[in-house]
Amino acid sequence: MAEFVLNVNGAHLRTTAPPEEPLLSVLRNRLNLTGTKFGCGEGQCGACTVLLDGRAVRSCLTPVSAAANTKIVTIEGVEQNGALSPVQQAFLEEGAFQCGYCTSGMIVSATALLHQHADPSQDQIIQAMEGNICRCGTYPRILEAIKRASRMQTAGASR
Amino acid sequence: MKLLVSALLDPPAPGIHAGSQIDRRDFLRVLAGGLLICLREPSAWAQESGRAFGGHELPKDISAWLHIAADGQIKVFTGKVEVGQNIRTSLAQQVAEELHVPFDAITMVMGDTDLVPWDMGTFGSRTTPTMGPQLRTMAAAARRMLIEMAAQRWNLDPATLTAADGEVIDPKTTRSFTYGALTRGEKLVKVVSADEALAPAANWKIAGTAVPKAEGRDFVTGKHQYPSDITRPEMQFGAVLRADGFNATLASIDTAAAEKLPGVKVVHDGDFIGVVAPDAFGAQRALEAIQAKWTVPPQPGNQGLFEYLKNNPEAGQDDHPQHAAGSVPEAFASADVKLEQLYEIAYIAHAPLEPRAAVAEWNSGKLTVWTGTQRPFGVRDELVQAFHLSPDQVRVIQPDMGSGYGGKHTGDAAIEAARLAKAAGKPVKVVWTRSEEFTWAYFRPAGLIEIRAGARRDGTLVAWEHHNYNSGPAAIGTPYNVANQLIQFHATKSPLRQGSYRGLASTANHFARESHMDGMAHAAAIDPLEFRLKNITDPRLRAVFEAAAEKFDWSRSKATPALGYGIGGGLDKGGYVATCAEVEIDSAGKRVRIRRVVQAWDCGAVINPDGLRNQLSGAIVMGIGGALFERILFADGRILNPHFAEYRVPRFSDTPQIEIVLIDRKDLPSAGAGETGLVGLAPAVGNAIFSATGTRLVNLPMAPQAHSPGESDSPLRS
Repeated sequence: MAEFVLNVNGAHLRTTAPPEEPLLSVLRNRLNLTGTKFGCGEGQCGACTVLLDGRAVRSCLTPVSAAANTKIVTIEGVEQNGALSPVQQAFLEEGAFQCGYCTSGMIVSATALLHQHADPSQDQIIQAMEGNICRCGTYPRILEAIKRASRMQTAGASR
Repeated sequence: MKLLVSALLDPPAPGIHAGSQIDRRDFLRVLAGGLLICLREPSAWAQESGRAFGGHELPKDISAWLHIAADGQIKVFTGKVEVGQNIRTSLAQQVAEELHVPFDAITMVMGDTDLVPWDMGTFGSRTTPTMGPQLRTMAAAARRMLIEMAAQRWNLDPATLTAADGEVIDPKTTRSFTYGALTRGEKLVKVVSADEALAPAANWKIAGTAVPKAEGRDFVTGKHQYPSDITRPEMQFGAVLRADGFNATLASIDTAAAEKLPGVKVVHDGDFIGVVAPDAFGAQRALEAIQAKWTVPPQPGNQGLFEYLKNNPEAGQDDHPQHAAGSVPEAFASADVKLEQLYEIAYIAHAPLEPRAAVAEWNSGKLTVWTGTQRPFGVRDELVQAFHLSPDQVRVIQPDMGSGYGGKHTGDAAIEAARLAKAAGKPVKVVWTRSEEFTWAYFRPAGLIEIRAGARRDGTLVAWEHHNYNSGPAAIGTPYNVANQLIQFHATKSPLRQGSYRGLASTANHFARESHMDGMAHAAAIDPLEFRLKNITDPRLRAVFEAAAEKFDWSRSKATPALGYGIGGGLDKGGYVATCAEVEIDSAGKRVRIRRVVQAWDCGAVINPDGLRNQLSGAIVMGIGGALFERILFADGRILNPHFAEYRVPRFSDTPQIEIVLIDRKDLPSAGAGETGLVGLAPAVGNAIFSATGTRLVNLPMAPQAHSPGESDSPLRS
């Protein structure tokens, strides 16, 4: 067991955990941030995606010790001052979910993608999102949502 | 019918018995104040009772569905559960329509066994055709009651009053009562008949429209709490030791190392070995510290599976064919065009993204379990049996879950959590790992299908013989006109635990039938669409085929070695589907990719076109997995590919361009749409592959990523 102070969504959260415990387990089970989902624990489904210093990572394969000196953003931190981010808003407007269990990971992955490429091509979106599974098969709407979010961000930036 | 139910509820649902009636006093206690509506002998239930559940009588007396509080907030109670199919929205739309209130005024209370009327479960595409009319009837009766109440207060004839936007209005004076003002302080119970007049779909203003998903914001912010997100004060985390294989016996066990870990409790009760720890990671560590040796008996695997199914009939099965007419041998012998073919369907997994999960809490002899299940009352009854409790001592709560696809009918995780919580004396959460979900849940049945068919030279079908071993009888009957038929389902022993699945046997039977129809069309040198239309009488089936073909531009889609075009369709559970697919074969002729899918659909009056399109598009994407690459590999009682790295599911790059054509039949009752949208894809793709390559792929999956011993190899990969 070791003590960690994690920077999660701008807040400094203190927790005690074995250094090798996955960040996902710490977020969900010790810090009660359950918006980040467990889908496989094997880095194969993307449900657990969080941002570490702006980069999308699989929190199920990230030991908490590796996240200790980073800025962690989870789905709970994507919303800004009660306003949905463009990606969240676009998912809502496109109805880009069914059961919604993959949605947190999809939104966080898409957020990282749009940081990197403000106006990604279809192939770039597919490549960036390929590690995220939606078992309900909502991929066409998620693609549209990411394109819509890209347009919303571009329009917002130019105002 | 009996066989289908055994497939739906495997292992046999232990808890479906007469004790499933909710206690009337509990109900009234929960609903202190306000308006309570009861329905006498709902016709929807009468249709489902007895026949479907071996004579089990569903509750007839106490059923409260609707509550209008003094502040006008409306709660609607149903045992159906939301798993992503969007019934939280579509049912509320129907209630709002009949009750004459805004959609937002309604909160659906779903799948909580202490709060909602008994329900057998959410499966079989039954919510829309049964729960929809049920709730509409209640809402319409409530509206009429409210009008009568207002009429009494004003001393007017109810016929002179109207109801709109949650108010009863006197059009002459424009004075009004809100519904809440009418119910305040009154506890009303009214028994109403099942024949309330309902608004025709042509007049719908809220139903029939694309209302966005209820509580949608909570899904994009991570606020929605799924079963695996539930936490309770002092909650501990549990994990269960799994055997090395199916039907294994424990040879030896050493739990000493695990028991030395801080805060860990090992629970050893017969064959059940589990651990409880203060944190989830600790529980997994404790499990790993247990040394266990198992003896796994030899058992069948993929090698020889289909011979096994053919040669191991279930004892005591019903030997009568589902459909028999004329003489198939005579008609086949004299047919001009003949085709005989075997089709094989692999076991596949549901693989819901949220694995099975449960939180159990014992409190003064009462057990409460939050869990992901399609059958909250079924799970309650499993718990009643497992712990020798009475139904009123068990409450099962089903938060809207990370889907199920037919895979979450049983209460495995609920019982495990309850056992561990009982031993620990604290609430316990159990969340299955991905490999547990792939191994210890249950599978869509594997199946062997034999078809032989004959037609005259002009394309008129004359003989159709169809035998399905193990996958099930759903949609086994041909929708085409054939004078001579012999169609039979054969129940067999199954090497793997099997059960319900989205589109269950309908997918297998449609794949075989529609592939065979395509083969017959080619053998008769007739266009596959024309061949089908020639043998169809049902106008709705004809309409979906024609609509899909038109949108797809079927008549101008001529195959090349690189591009293939296929069509398939049918009907089941009140839904009519036709699917056209365009596939691309790479230049080496080795790989297949689906480029475009057009699907036409008719399920009667559409309740929410946006939700329906989402369901249908999702069904197509899910269908790609079973069609091309999903299959469970197993040998000697072990699943060989229990991870997403080895069990491929459809991903972004597998997704074709999808176009949905909805035929909204406002003149017909609404049917469910969760399942049948899946069944056209596999045959359309197989038929498209044939059109490009001349190779008929007769096994699902058609193009797995790699060849595996025990499987028939395919010339194509995906």
